[in-house]
Amino acid sequence: MAEDNQPGGGGQPIGELIGEQTTLTVADLCRSCSVEAEMVEAMVEEGILEPVGQRRHHLYFHASSLRRTRVTLRLQQDLGVNLAGAALALELLERIAELEAKIPPDRQ
Amino acid sequence: MEFRDYYKIMGVARDATQDEIKRAYRKLARKYHPDVSKEAGAEESFKELGEAYEVLKDPEKRAAYDQLGANWKQGQEFRPPPDWDAGFEFSGGGYTGGGPDIHSDFFEELFGRRYSHAASGGGRRGFRMRGEDHHAKVLVDIEDSFNGSTRSISLRVPEVTEDGHVGTRDRTLNVRIPKGIRPGQQIRLAGQGAPGMGGGESGDLYLEVEFRRHPHFRVEGADVYVDLPVAPWEAALGGTVKAPTPTGTVDLKIPANSNQGRKLRLKGRGLPGKAAGDLYMVLQISLPPADTDAAKELYKQMQDRLGFNPRATMGVS
Repeated sequence: MAEDNQPGGGGQPIGELIGEQTTLTVADLCRSCSVEAEMVEAMVEEGILEPVGQRRHHLYFHASSLRRTRVTLRLQQDLGVNLAGAALALELLERIAELEAKIPPDRQ
Repeated sequence: MEFRDYYKIMGVARDATQDEIKRAYRKLARKYHPDVSKEAGAEESFKELGEAYEVLKDPEKRAAYDQLGANWKQGQEFRPPPDWDAGFEFSGGGYTGGGPDIHSDFFEELFGRRYSHAASGGGRRGFRMRGEDHHAKVLVDIEDSFNGSTRSISLRVPEVTEDGHVGTRDRTLNVRIPKGIRPGQQIRLAGQGAPGMGGGESGDLYLEVEFRRHPHFRVEGADVYVDLPVAPWEAALGGTVKAPTPTGTVDLKIPANSNQGRKLRLKGRGLPGKAAGDLYMVLQISLPPADTDAAKELYKQMQDRLGFNPRATMGVS
């Protein structure tokens, strides 16, 4: 069990915020989530991912797409649901999270 | 090493059919899936389940596992008998999981080595390949968003050693949490993902930001909410009271005739940033107990002199 002293390991803190203004390309999503472009297209068709813009045939996505893509993939892979089922589960989970955020801490 | 009773983990009998095993898996997977379940330890249970299913759904591995006998108990100290797997051929099919990190030592000892060879060696000869991106969560406090901070996070990363074994290594990283960070945002640590192959660059590590529950404050997007207890007379007559905010105590002016649940907004006092959020004080009227003669007398006077019917809108008194 070694601890490394690479960047961020005890030295200068590292990290770059993917902020609300950051946009991601199809290639970014594919690389980060280890999927093929066809999968990203299928998620767009299913309404799971909504492009925020297009520059010369290249679609751009909001930074939150990263999380949606990964949760969808996990649900699909682990629960054996199809893309439409994963999309439904994702939306319900987000709805639950929204509602839970409204519950005051002392009433949980 | 501890023995793992895969049948017990999946809640099925040793003679369960493959269909029964699949059904049990689906049901438990929905229950423990880390994206779905809020139960503590769900992730651990889910990994355990995945490992059990990986063995039991594959007739080859299941047969080899059954060979160990039915007398082992979950958690019992275990050493595989010599040549326990003689005569079994593992084709290496059905590796559905997220990689070697999801398996216990028990699994690795029984099935691991063959798999790590098959999964990480051979097929990718000579390619220069960028390492995979890794993902993890980081818990921050609401104060971190107001002040910015540094978090030290520990990660257990799977690692393939030179002789092809799979082990884990602990890594500690100092991560910069920028001021104004919001729940759900991602922080990218370039080059901190999986190492590349054949000289390819390393992948990145993505951290999803989650806010730790705070006893007083809750965060919705960029806005912060506080439930502020007030006395009935403070709400009714108005006045100035002390109120906690993430950046310190403030004097809050309560308008007269405020009712239960009234929201008072402090503009721009939510999470900081280009578009700073607002801070909402939600008034919660707290009743003094009627536990002395004096208190009872005061309540009695209100009852007699105010003529107040809280249920007037319901048409009853």
